[in-house]
Amino acid sequence: MNRIEETFMALKKQNKKAFIPYIMAGDPNLEKTIEYVRLLEKCGADIVELGVPFTDPLADGPTIQRAAERALKAGVTLKKVIALVKDLRQYTRIPIVLMTYYNPVFRYGEERFVRDAVSAGIDGVITPDLPPDEAAGLIRLSRVAGLDTIFLLAPTSTDNRIKKVAGASTGFIYYVSVTGITGSSLLIDDELYTSINRIKALTKKPVCVGFGVSTPEDAISISKVSDGVIIGSAIVKKIVEGSEEGLKDFLINIRGAIR
Amino acid sequence: MEKLPDKKGYFGQYGGRFVPETLMPALIELETAYLSSKKNKDFQKQLAYLQKTYIGRPTSLYFAERFTGHIGGAKIYLKREDLAHTGAHKINNALGQALLAKKMGKKRLIAETGAGQHGVATATGAALVGLQCDIYMGSVDMQRQALNVFRMRLLGARVIEVNTGSKTLKDAINESLRDWTTNVRTTHYVLGTVFGPHPFPMMVRDFQSVIGKEARKQILSAEGRLPDYLIACVGGGSNAMGLFNEFLNDDIEMIGVEAGGRGIETGEHAARFAGGSIGVFQGCKTYLLQDEDGNVLGTHSVSAGLDYASIGPEHPYLRDIGRIQYTYATDDEALSAFELLSRTEGIIPALESAHAIAEAIKLAPKLSKDKIIIVNLSGRGDKDVQEVARIKGIKL
Repeated sequence: MNRIEETFMALKKQNKKAFIPYIMAGDPNLEKTIEYVRLLEKCGADIVELGVPFTDPLADGPTIQRAAERALKAGVTLKKVIALVKDLRQYTRIPIVLMTYYNPVFRYGEERFVRDAVSAGIDGVITPDLPPDEAAGLIRLSRVAGLDTIFLLAPTSTDNRIKKVAGASTGFIYYVSVTGITGSSLLIDDELYTSINRIKALTKKPVCVGFGVSTPEDAISISKVSDGVIIGSAIVKKIVEGSEEGLKDFLINIRGAIR
Repeated sequence: MEKLPDKKGYFGQYGGRFVPETLMPALIELETAYLSSKKNKDFQKQLAYLQKTYIGRPTSLYFAERFTGHIGGAKIYLKREDLAHTGAHKINNALGQALLAKKMGKKRLIAETGAGQHGVATATGAALVGLQCDIYMGSVDMQRQALNVFRMRLLGARVIEVNTGSKTLKDAINESLRDWTTNVRTTHYVLGTVFGPHPFPMMVRDFQSVIGKEARKQILSAEGRLPDYLIACVGGGSNAMGLFNEFLNDDIEMIGVEAGGRGIETGEHAARFAGGSIGVFQGCKTYLLQDEDGNVLGTHSVSAGLDYASIGPEHPYLRDIGRIQYTYATDDEALSAFELLSRTEGIIPALESAHAIAEAIKLAPKLSKDKIIIVNLSGRGDKDVQEVARIKGIKL
C-alpha cells in the first residue's frame, strides 16, 4: 500500500477528512518551500500538493499565475522540483503530489519523469491539461512504478466521463468545484452536493474537492460531503502577504474546520 | 491521401485534445454538432448563401502582371482574400463558427486575436447572427493594431486587454481558454486558426478550404492547368491550410512561410520549424518554441498575426511526410515585399501576407516564365499602415 492510500485509510478509521494544501514550488525560492512544507505538515496537512511553475498555466487564476511567474524568475524547473522533494524526504514522510502542466513532463520524458519522481519520493501527479484520454502512456508507466495518477472531474462531467476519470485515477479523484479556474469564487449550493454525490455513487475512490475553497466556512461545507478539501490560491495569497503567523493561523483554522 | 485527422483528432503523432476536464464535454459536443452541420443541407445552404452575399465570395484570383514583370520569372497569381468582407480570410472561419454556435444555442462568442483580423471577423459574425461578443487581445498587439481595436468596438464587441506573459497572441489564447472554462455552458470559443484541441484544427481547416476550392477552379479557367507552386504565410496556419488542402493530392509544390523576425540566429523570431521542437501546448501536440524544461519561449515578428510560439498540428504532419516545405521571411524581407507589392500593383498586403509575397520574390526569378505560382494574399494591409509608418520613423 502506498502513502496516499495509507493516509485515506487512517483518516477513515478516525472518521476524519483530508486537508490538502497547495503551494507553488519555488515561490519565492526553493529553500522557503522546504520550510513551508514542514509548516503545512505541522499545521495538520494530510497530503501536500506542490505546484510546478509553467509559462502558460491555462487552468490557473491570477494568484497562481503570479506565483508561477515568481518561481520561474527564481529559475525553478520540473527537474529542480523533483530534487527538492528528494531533499524534503530527509524531514518528512507526508504524501507529496506534483501539480504540473503536461508539457514539462512531456519534454522531460514520461519514462524518465516517472522513474525520477518515484525515486525522489513523490507519491502522485496531477496534470490539469492532460485528460485520461491522452494519458495512456503516463498511466501505464505510473502503475508499474507505483506513482498515483490523480485526474480531475468538473461540474460539466457526464456519467461517461466520471467513469473514465475514476477508472484512470489512483490515490484520489480531484473534483473541481466550479466551472472555472483556480481561485474562482466558490458557490456552495445543491448543485455542488448533487455533483459530488453523483460521483460517489459511481466510484469508491476518495473524492477531494478544490478550486475556490478559501475560508473555514467553505471547508466545513465541503468536508461534509467529500473525502478531502484542497486549498491553493488562498494559501498562496497568505504566503505573499508574508506573515508566518498569519499563515499558521489560517492553516490551523482550516484544519479545524475540516471534519 | 488518407483523410485526417483520425477519430481522436490526430494527424500522425500531432494533434489530440489536451485540455482541462471542464472543457472535454464541450469539445465532444462541438465535434458532434460540427459533424452534423457538415451533413445538414440547410446549414450548408445558409453558409454558401452568406459566403456569396455577405463575404463576397468567390474572391478573385488575380494575375499580378506588373509585379511578375518586376521580379522576372514565374507567373504570380494572387488569391485575393484581402477582398473578402472585413479584409482577410479570417471571416470564412468566424462566420462558419458563428452560425454553428447560434445553432448550438450558445448566447455568447469569445475569441483571441493577434493582428485583430480574427477579432474583427468574430465581432462581425456575432453582429450578423445576434450574439454577445468578447475579444481577448494582448496589450502589445492592441498598440500595434489600434485601428482594429476600434473596429471591433464599433461592431459591438468588448475588447479585453491581456497583460499577462508576453502580452501577445499566446496570452490572449490562454485568457480565452480560461474564459471558456468558466462560461462553457453559454459561450462558444471561436478559435481563429487550425490550432488547439480537436475538433478545431479540422473544423477551421474545413471552413477555410473554400479558398483552395475556388483557386483550383479559377486557375484551371485562367491557365487550363494547375499551378506549380502554392505559397502562404503560416502563423497558426489557417490561410495556408485553406489554400493547400484542396491540392494535397496533386503534383504541386507547397511552401509555408513562417516569421523569421530579426533572424533565426538572434532568437527573436516565430519560426517554429527552424527553432522549435515537439511539445504540447494550448490543447494539442505540435511544434513549439520552448526551452529545455518545456517552458514556452518569447517570440518576435513585425506581424502580430505570425507572432506565435506554436503552429497548427496538421502542418508538422505534412512536413514530416514531405508534402509541404517550410521556410521563413524576416521582418525586413516582409517590409520590402509590403512596399513592392503596393507600388507595382496598387495592392497593400497585410504584413502577415507580405511574408508569403517575400518568398515569391525569392522563388520566382529562379523559375522559368511558363511556371505558375499562386500566393495566398490572406489579408489587406490597411491595418498595418500606421505601424509601418512608425517603423520607418514617419509621423502621420
